[in-house]
Amino acid sequence: MVIIPYLKELDRNESSLISALQETQKVFGYLPEEALEEIAQYLSVPVSSVYGVATFYSQFRFAPLGKYVIKICHGTACHVMGSGNIAQALEEDLGIKEGETTGDGLITLERVACLGCCSLAPTIMIGDRVYGRMTHDKMRKIIRDIKRGKL
Amino acid sequence: MKVAVGMNSCSLAAGAQHIYDHIEKKLKGSEIELKKVGCVGMCYREPLVDVIEDNTSTITTYGSVTEDMVDRIFEEHLMDGKPIEEWVVKRDWYEDGVRKTWDVDEYFSKQRKLIMENSGYIDPESIEEYLENRGYEALKRALKMKPEEVIDAITRAGLRGRGGAGFPTGLKWKFTREATGEEKYVVCNGDEGDPGAFMDRNILEGDPHRVIEGLTIGAYAVGASKGFFYVRAEYPLAVKRLTTAISQARKHGMLGRNILGSDFSFDAEIKEGAGAFVCGEETALLASIEGRRGMPRPRPPFPAQKGLWNKPTCVNNVKTLSSVPWIIRNGWEAYASIGTGKSRGTTIFAFAGKIRRGGNVEVPMGITLRELIEEVGGGTEKGVKAVQIGGPSGGCIPERLFDLPVDYESITSTGAIMGSGGMIVLDKDTCMVDVAKFFLDFTVKESCGKCTFCRLGTKRMWELLDSITSGRGKEEDLHELEELALTVKSGALCGLGQTAPNPVLTTLKYFRDEYTAHIEKRCPAKVCRDLIKYEVIGEKCTGCRACALVCPTGAAVGERQKVHTISIEKCIKCGRCYEACKFDAIEIKDLGAEQDG
Ligand SMILES: Cc1cc2nc3c(=O)[nH]c(=O)nc-3n(C[C@H](O)[C@H](O)[C@H](O)COP(=O)(O)O)c2cc1C
Ligand code: FES
Repeated sequence: MVIIPYLKELDRNESSLISALQETQKVFGYLPEEALEEIAQYLSVPVSSVYGVATFYSQFRFAPLGKYVIKICHGTACHVMGSGNIAQALEEDLGIKEGETTGDGLITLERVACLGCCSLAPTIMIGDRVYGRMTHDKMRKIIRDIKRGKL
Repeated sequence: MKVAVGMNSCSLAAGAQHIYDHIEKKLKGSEIELKKVGCVGMCYREPLVDVIEDNTSTITTYGSVTEDMVDRIFEEHLMDGKPIEEWVVKRDWYEDGVRKTWDVDEYFSKQRKLIMENSGYIDPESIEEYLENRGYEALKRALKMKPEEVIDAITRAGLRGRGGAGFPTGLKWKFTREATGEEKYVVCNGDEGDPGAFMDRNILEGDPHRVIEGLTIGAYAVGASKGFFYVRAEYPLAVKRLTTAISQARKHGMLGRNILGSDFSFDAEIKEGAGAFVCGEETALLASIEGRRGMPRPRPPFPAQKGLWNKPTCVNNVKTLSSVPWIIRNGWEAYASIGTGKSRGTTIFAFAGKIRRGGNVEVPMGITLRELIEEVGGGTEKGVKAVQIGGPSGGCIPERLFDLPVDYESITSTGAIMGSGGMIVLDKDTCMVDVAKFFLDFTVKESCGKCTFCRLGTKRMWELLDSITSGRGKEEDLHELEELALTVKSGALCGLGQTAPNPVLTTLKYFRDEYTAHIEKRCPAKVCRDLIKYEVIGEKCTGCRACALVCPTGAAVGERQKVHTISIEKCIKCGRCYEACKFDAIEIKDLGAEQDG
């Protein structure tokens, strides 16, 4: 029983399922298999439903994340302001595609639909912080800072 | 004197935290109070710093503030009392208790702040400041009215749902009130799924108590004892501020048992979304709150009859609920006197894209698109081509129709929808076919897969658009695209599928020439990669090597001080050289034109 401690505040029924998955992901960075089974047991929900829900929502992942997760916004505003080029450049510089993690486990690239800072498009998010008006140049500096552990 | 820094997500993305920290350091040991406020909507001038005079309550706002600017503002304005006029972007003062606003851009001249009256003026984490600004006064008043009277006021005000469809709010409340069932729910829809919209985020972050007050009044009107705020996962700050506000409201007796000493009890909690656009649709949203996959179901029965756990449930958008306190406080007559025809009151739009003044604006219904985009938003540098309104369910309205008033009926007549308020302004450098494809790409990814029309229809439409944008399209494809669009529109199960073809249909209707150009292997806006190439303009190139240094594939080459070249074979059209060139010596050309000639 690894996960129960932080689930204690939730009601033990199906309506807590998404919150339970979110809490689990906050702790582990992803959804480990054992955790899903434990959640199913704790909330008395079939394991199949837990998987059904976990795979439906794009927020959930089943593999560990990199230390830094760079979310690249592909919303409308960011798209017309050139997020495609930013994403491509990042993918090339890091040698991974969106949805993947670098071999050293440092950086994961993710795509998101909108960060709600559209007036500063194109945007990316690292942790809880949004970076606006991205350019290739700024992106390169951020990656450099990450690699030096200075972000 | 007080100093306030705008600290919403948009402000933080523009660097407001550094400015805040810097001011905090400077103010150490002084009497001057530093506070955090939300966003007034001037995102294009973030970070914003206000200096508030205690005696007159005059607010002087500085825009695009840097640390160096803070130092001078500190010396001259805070110490010597002399505002630095050339940096002032906005000023507020009070006349007979009414706030007046002036600003350099005349951004606020045509705005009318009802929903956003506090945004950017009060500390969103302080219930005291909300209370000082007539907060929870409407709730107090509503609790003295009969629920039917509250519903009547909202109906007469003419408030319609700001979540997209524009359903009369009073009527929805009435249906929920009249539905049989002991237990009822109210839900605030803060999913804001339209990729390119940020009005609801701004309210939730900037004035969360207003949303709580609106939801609580709604609960009283329909007879609900429990409510939910459904907020999307990408808005951590909104969740944080709302969480703080809810606990403050509980402490002050605005939520919980016997609210304000009445016999009405109500409480609400937050449910965070998990990244599914379809969950903005009300039936999918309810499924998600219940902890299930967020799949829509056919209506009727409407949530007002059978909603959460099959109990009557009233779902309203953030802006709809945020309008409620103003209406109850100022009377329905005041609200109904603003607006036009069947669209009353004000609404908020989020400007983004190529527009000069990106941000949130609140305007009376009935303002024309031209006033809104050109005068309030400042147009675009290269001239406005169209505006995309209503997100993936909406459409593109061309500039020549900009004399239309902004109201539900007029906007719908263009083939777009009012939507929840996202406005992406497009200029000649935006490819309309690419925009249509962008939205289809979005719907294909977000379709929940329950009905075939949406699951396969949108996919097939995307394939057609993909082939057109890559120069493989044929004239017949346009007809097939149109036919498919109409079929999906009529056959899909929920609003997502039914409206997904709108971006395609409106661009086909107003920008068919751009589709035809692509079939002739030309992208007029020079966006579609398969149809363009990058070239060095010999006369302008100084041989500075900037392009060669950034080129990831070695396509851009050249010796120092000699004209460079870009190899078509090696070029992946990432645009880095174009961005890096300081001499505008790289141009984007049609690939097709050259080949044909
Ligand atoms: C695909 C789809 C997405 C939607 N997304 C949202 C949304 O993000 N926010 C919202 O308030 N309403 C959204 N709606 C509309 C809701 O279903 C519902 O009509 C609305 O929340 C009702 O509130 P209102 O009457 O205050 O507008 C969406 C509808 C559809 C079909
Ligand atoms: S579209 Fe990128 S932040 Fe909204």
